[in-house]
Formats: sequence, structure tokens, C-alpha cells
Amino acid sequence: MSAQKPFIDIRHAKKSFGTLEVLKDINLQVNRGQIVAIIGPSGSGKSTLLRAINDLDPLTGGEIWLEDKQINMDLPHRQYERHINEVRQEIGMVFQHFNLFPHLKVRENVTLAPKMLKGLSDAEANALAEEQLTKVGMIERIDYYPSQLSGGQKQRVAIARALAMKPKVMLFDEATSALDPELVEEVNLVMKQLAEEHMTMIIVTHEMGFAESVCDRVLFMDQGVVVEEGPPEVIFRNPKSERTQNFLRKHLAGQKA
Amino acid sequence: MGLDFSVIPKYLDIVLLGALWTIGITVGAALVSFFGGILLAVIALYAPAIVRWPFRIFSFLFLGTPLLLQLFLIYFGLVQIGIDVPAFVAGVIGLGLHFAVYNSELFQTSILAVDKGQIEAARTLGMSRMQALRKVVVPQAVRDVIPPIGNNMIALLKDSALVSVIGVSELTLSAQRAIGSTYRPFEFYVLVAAIYYIINLGMEAVLRRVERRIQASK
Repeated sequence: MSAQKPFIDIRHAKKSFGTLEVLKDINLQVNRGQIVAIIGPSGSGKSTLLRAINDLDPLTGGEIWLEDKQINMDLPHRQYERHINEVRQEIGMVFQHFNLFPHLKVRENVTLAPKMLKGLSDAEANALAEEQLTKVGMIERIDYYPSQLSGGQKQRVAIARALAMKPKVMLFDEATSALDPELVEEVNLVMKQLAEEHMTMIIVTHEMGFAESVCDRVLFMDQGVVVEEGPPEVIFRNPKSERTQNFLRKHLAGQKA
Repeated sequence: MGLDFSVIPKYLDIVLLGALWTIGITVGAALVSFFGGILLAVIALYAPAIVRWPFRIFSFLFLGTPLLLQLFLIYFGLVQIGIDVPAFVAGVIGLGLHFAVYNSELFQTSILAVDKGQIEAARTLGMSRMQALRKVVVPQAVRDVIPPIGNNMIALLKDSALVSVIGVSELTLSAQRAIGSTYRPFEFYVLVAAIYYIINLGMEAVLRRVERRIQASK
């Protein structure tokens, strides 16, 4: 395994807004089929790192590779746009606030991008939408508008929308943080199912229990650096760093309160 | 000389034909102003400065000068530089562009009001900025701005009377022609006012239907 070339390779990632450094020399390698959780307090840079992977928040330094392709290549603007649009088709992203297209029904939310970008016919796109929506358990709501769905249902549709592009990687940016507690589980189940299918995933989360049960590796970030990383049983049960211990203690206390 | 509405039937066909022209000009100019307004808004918000500035100057000129003068310029002025536009077309273009500038202001506000997460979600799927604007942002912006755009379209209908001065036989000009032969201004102006009002009611009914359809998808 160690000789395997990483699927996603983040090298010396740096990001600053003016004088504020939000990412300070981050390195992260993710192998195909691996599931990595990034945890840490708000403002630690975990979302920024995730959003750098598909260039929503471009880095100010360092490199990000997906297989043998550099994502943040140095290209003239037009060429870069074409390049990044292609790269993004291979990287699915799920947002905290779902960002479903409210003017489109569930079906069109899923079919829009495959039709537009992959040239699928209506029939092909519909079959694809039905397949993906069945997978996330939302097929009965295919002709609903997003406003008619609960938060958990919206997020499952958002996952189906991302999967319809047949991505190689899925990024989850606090996918359950905006949900009512009783709706978290249905989204977690879909994510677990993806894990069982060996989808490569990077998950920014506040759900330590979920991270522990699903992930191969956990990164604890604070103030723009990776403080500690390792298998979940080590990070959660036996963290070496005092900062990790403090964070987890506070976090657990917060959950009980 | 008292009022005598019995002269109306004889000229009703002319007046009704005028009403059709008015509806034609209004629909044509409304379409120009709608799509032109979206285009101007997208240019104002997203085009590089070298494209944006000429359009901004164009917008200022259209906002800052009388519509009547713009119609004169398009119809009588352009002939001199070899562009001969028929009166109807000149009317549609003049009214349409004038209101496109007004609509553009509304579209700009509503495009900016669309949640930033929408464009992010679209771009994450691999869409270009233009694709995201066209399929995701603009449809939502349009949906949110239909009521005020509708008000502009009603103003457009009323301002279409100005097109009579460049000789389009629309409602107002046809009334004047009928008055020219009958010397009955009160009767015909009242008739024409009533017809404008009826067209207006029709437009409002259409707008309400559009708004209801939009509400259903919210």
C-alpha cells in the first residue's frame, strides 16, 4: 500500500487572505477508496482546505493533484477555466446548506449537469437520475421541488446530484451540520453506503461518532495546520497532542450540554 | 356642440386596427426589453471593463434623455447615415432598448441577490460561469423580479403612444386620424383611453398567471 501513488496529493498547501494565513503548509495524501475525516474548531481552515481541492477557494501556494493531473495548474485564464471545469466534473461536492437549485424539480436538479456537460439525452439523463435517486432513497420525490423537502431529503438529493456526474472523489463540507438532529442519520446512512462502495471521500465534519465509524483516517486541524493525524481509534481514543485532547474534550462537553 | 358617440362605429375598425398595432409594438418591445435587460445586466455585472464601459455609457444615454427624442433619432436620424428602419421596427427598438435599461437595473439587483451557494454548486458540477449564470442564476433572478418587471411593461404599454409621432398607425394615431375626419376629440380619446385600459387589464391578468406559476415552484 505504501508504494501506491496517492489518488489525491496535497503538497505544501498555503492560503492567506492578506496577512491572515488560513492554511500553513498542509500536506495530505489520500489513496483511492480511502475515507478521510477532517475535524477541528471553526476557523481552523478545514473547510478552506476542502474547498481548495476543487478550487472554490484557490490556494496561494502549493500543489493539489488528482491522480496524475495537477488541479491548480498555472495556466492562462481561459485555458485554466476549461481545465478546472473538467477537473470539477470528477470531484463531487456536498455543501452544508445543500445548495439545490430551487427553481428546478428534484429530477432536473440531478439531470441538469449531466445533460449540459456530458451530452446525455433526456432518456439517458432520466435513467441516471432515477438510478441515483433510488440509491439515496429519494425516488418517490423525483417530481417535487426542493422547497417541498426536509433538510435531510434535500441533502440526499444533493448527494444524488453530485453522484450523477460519476465523480472519482466526493467532498463533504459539514454535510449534516445544518440538519435537525433527527435528520442526520438518513444522510449518514447514504454516506456509509458510499463508503461501502469504496468511494474516495474527504469529509469535513463535527460528528465524531460518524467519523470514527466510517473513516480510515482522521486529521485534526487547528489554526491552519494539521496538528495530528492517524487512524480514528488513535485520534479519538488516544490523541497525543494536547490541542487535540482539549478540542475533543470541549466538543464532547458541548454535545452533552 | 354636445357629445355624440354615434360617430364611433364608423371608425371602430380603424381604431381596433390601431389597438392591434399597439399590442404588437408592446409585445415586441417587451420582448426586446426583457432579453435585452438580462443581457445588459449580465454585461454590467460580469463583462470585462472594456465591454462594460461602452454599455454603461449607452445605458446612461438611454436613461438620461427623453424617449421621444430617442425615437426621433432612430427613425429620422439613422436614415442620414444610411440606416433606414421602418417606423414599426424603429418603435419596437426604441421602446425596447429604453425599457431594457430600466429592466437591467432590476435584473442586476436580483442576480446579485441569488445565493452565492447556487453558483458554487453549479460550478462544482463542472459548469462554466456562463453556463451557471444561464441555467441556474438568471432563471432564479428572473423569477424573483417578475412583479416589478411587470410594472415596467405596463409603463411600456402606455409609452407606446409616443410611437404615434413617427407615424406608426397605433391606437393614439388612429384616434387622431378619426378625430381629423369627425372633429370629435372627446369621444375618440375616451374610447382609446378605454381600450388602453382594457389592454392593460389583459396584461395584468397574464402577469398574475405568470406569478402564480412561479409561486408554485417556490
